[in-house]
Amino acid sequence: MYQYDQHDQAMVDARVAEFRGQVARRLSGELTEDQFKPLRLKNGLYLQLHAYMLRVAVPYGTLNSAQMRVLGDIADKYDRGYGHFTTRQNIQYNWIKLADAPDILADLAKVQLHAIQTSGNCIRNTTADHFAGAAADEVADPRPYAELLRQWSTFHPEFDYLPRKFKVAIIASETDRAAMRLHDIGIQIVKNEAGEIGCKFFAGGGMGRTPMIAPCIAEFVPALQMISFLEAALRVYNRHGRRDNKYKARIKILVHEIGVAEYSRQVQEEFAHILTLGLEPPPAELDRIKAMFADPGLETGLSDDLDRSDPDFALWVDQNVHAHKQPGYAIVTISLKPTGGIPGDATADQIRLMADLARDHSLDELRVSHAQNIVLPHVKKADLYRVWQALDAAGLATPNLDLITDIIACPGLDYCALANARSIPLAQKITERFADVGRQRELGELKLKISGCINACGHHHAGHIGILGVDRKGVENYQLLLGGAESADTSLGTITGPGFSEDGVVDAIEKVTDVYLARREGAERFLDTYRRIGMVPFKEAIYG
Amino acid sequence: MVETVLRYRTDEPVADPAVTVDAFAAQGNATAVRIEPGDDALALLPYLDRLALIEVNFPSFADGRGYSAARSLRERGYTGELRAVGDVLLDQLSHMRRCGFDSFAPDKPISAEAAEAAFATWPEVYQQTVDGRRPIWAARHGTKDA
Amino acid sequence: MSAKIKIITGNDLRTGDVIWWTGEGWSRHVDNAVAVDHDADAIIARENARQVVTDTHVIDAFAADGTVRPAHIKDRIRALGPTVRLDLSLKPADPQAGNWVI
Ligand code: HEM
Ligand code: SF4
Repeated sequence: MYQYDQHDQAMVDARVAEFRGQVARRLSGELTEDQFKPLRLKNGLYLQLHAYMLRVAVPYGTLNSAQMRVLGDIADKYDRGYGHFTTRQNIQYNWIKLADAPDILADLAKVQLHAIQTSGNCIRNTTADHFAGAAADEVADPRPYAELLRQWSTFHPEFDYLPRKFKVAIIASETDRAAMRLHDIGIQIVKNEAGEIGCKFFAGGGMGRTPMIAPCIAEFVPALQMISFLEAALRVYNRHGRRDNKYKARIKILVHEIGVAEYSRQVQEEFAHILTLGLEPPPAELDRIKAMFADPGLETGLSDDLDRSDPDFALWVDQNVHAHKQPGYAIVTISLKPTGGIPGDATADQIRLMADLARDHSLDELRVSHAQNIVLPHVKKADLYRVWQALDAAGLATPNLDLITDIIACPGLDYCALANARSIPLAQKITERFADVGRQRELGELKLKISGCINACGHHHAGHIGILGVDRKGVENYQLLLGGAESADTSLGTITGPGFSEDGVVDAIEKVTDVYLARREGAERFLDTYRRIGMVPFKEAIYG
Repeated sequence: MVETVLRYRTDEPVADPAVTVDAFAAQGNATAVRIEPGDDALALLPYLDRLALIEVNFPSFADGRGYSAARSLRERGYTGELRAVGDVLLDQLSHMRRCGFDSFAPDKPISAEAAEAAFATWPEVYQQTVDGRRPIWAARHGTKDA
Repeated sequence: MSAKIKIITGNDLRTGDVIWWTGEGWSRHVDNAVAVDHDADAIIARENARQVVTDTHVIDAFAADGTVRPAHIKDRIRALGPTVRLDLSLKPADPQAGNWVI
């Protein structure tokens, strides 16, 4: 994993000092709320429905156990004993006091964490494949590139007041586990025919009220020109992105309005100019970062044997454990989606327990997945049973990964000032309705995603089943979407028709799954059946 | 002490008022121009020799186009005065300086002391821009002394 | 009989707590909110200037029998707390408190 040197540390320390000063100026009245708001937002501090909310960055979703432990401690010390892991691989605290915020940032800085650029119209925290460095299908570990990008984007002087927020995701395999093409810029690390590593760039993806899938804007940019290319892509956007209308300000609208060809042409022109300036970090810098990710300490020659005699354990292994690139190891996903629970929430004790398990059984590493779960990326198969027992005792062994109850849900109207409807109670009702694990497994892979408003923080456009909360004359109402996906075969969901009440939508989902069970052929997933038979049979079942 | 213009150059300030891009194109001998967020800064490239002052207007602090305009001009060889004017806030000064601005005329005056403190916000920088500061990667690898 | 009124809400600048204007100060309990009228802007301007509250604004509500019910569900949830964590709400002892917001 990446370790700060004195330079990185000096930068986050400077940020803490700067924010401490800004908070003091706000509390003394020197800064008005209008002036202070953009400053606090750049440090991830929102004013939400009940209090201040602090969003802490988890750069490319990777944490060590000391960092995870501090995330738990902050929940106890400054919040109300829990935190919320988000689709952006970050963690949010819901009950923060303004005066405490600088102290929290200072606590985070001690373990090389921060809340820099987790809000505001700047380059946000870069997300990455949560199996990076552990999955067998990668061309390379994408995280060294993500770290290079983190440093480059941190306090970038030119891109702090973009037309709108800017999110970058990076992956290194054909299996897209990071919804890469639904980001402002998506980078896929690829190898060309000569065996050289480079970046395939996608631009103009996003969700919100105008969801778009990012088209490719450059097939192959040498890895050692990644930063120069990003400078060019961002500069063209900063120059020409719309500023007249907040809802049309994302890069997706620019790419859509001027066309992929024209946007790419302008980027290439600027890229050619930027290459003459020599502002790319040297190969030695990438090598320095790579060395820190190269070997987490995996042992060789371990056995792949597993004692599956405990049926509950075997079920969990089948559902929540993935193959690791190294024999004798496995990737464990800890579900934060218990029946009736709040998707993505974890208590301080649970967070610390996961930290301990990572320290003892996962080479000190954890990941936050965009599906709001936690990953232990390097667990010896020989340790799996012990890990499972510890998780089970803490209510963290729900065997439902990628099943209908592994729901992504945004905070919704229970916490979010922008919401139209509540998301969490709906997620709870769905998990209760489908609580039977046998039934869930019968339905197979089924990604259900809920957003409390059109901003789509809960990725509803990309859910096999998506739910969007709307406000119908002051009453919560829910629209149902079918057919979205956010993997290698990214697609956007289609609205079924008129919306439903909270109970009505749960009934409708049940009808949708009945149609699937009746119509599926062979090993078809829900999504495959939907793509084959289309919306009509589902509509008839729901509204007929 | 509060100044209306914070200036970090040693040459004599330009006496002429800055004119709009349209007026500048029409006049033929003006030495100072003011660009607005929507103006194409690169259109000034043919005139860099005779330009001594380019003002970049920030009607709203949130409109960041001026940062790209400034840096683009510096990258392409402009060495005259580059002034940020308008809704220019204290907490933005250090980034502006990094993009090549060397004078500031904020609507709401900023003291020279406060400005100095703002410039000192970041002990180091991650990116190479046009301000001559040595990026962290260069310090790490001993390359590229600025 | 409930009367439609306007009330002022905001957040405590330091703690972020949701607060309601009581005519004399600020309370965390919406039932303590008082009706305001054309004086709202003046109250908001004065209170903002004291640098103890933030995001102050006027909302619609209904008053009846000493209780105040904000007109919009968002403000009712603000007045109560998260309905999925009633233990952290202002009515931790009432398991049915969530029904009030609907
Ligand atoms: C609670 C406070 C939050 C606020 C005020 C907020 C605000 C927004 C807004 C305004 C957008 C739309 C941006 C646009 O279309 O231009 C958006 C999109 C998004 N947000 Fe949030 N959000 C919040 C929480 C979250 C959480 C908790 C997550 C993760 C679970 C999240 C992840 C995202 C994602 C993935 C998108 C869509 C992707 C995109 O187009 O950017 N947000 N958010
Ligand atoms: S989707 Fe809407 S309701 Fe949900 S967190 Fe985002 S802004 Fe809030």
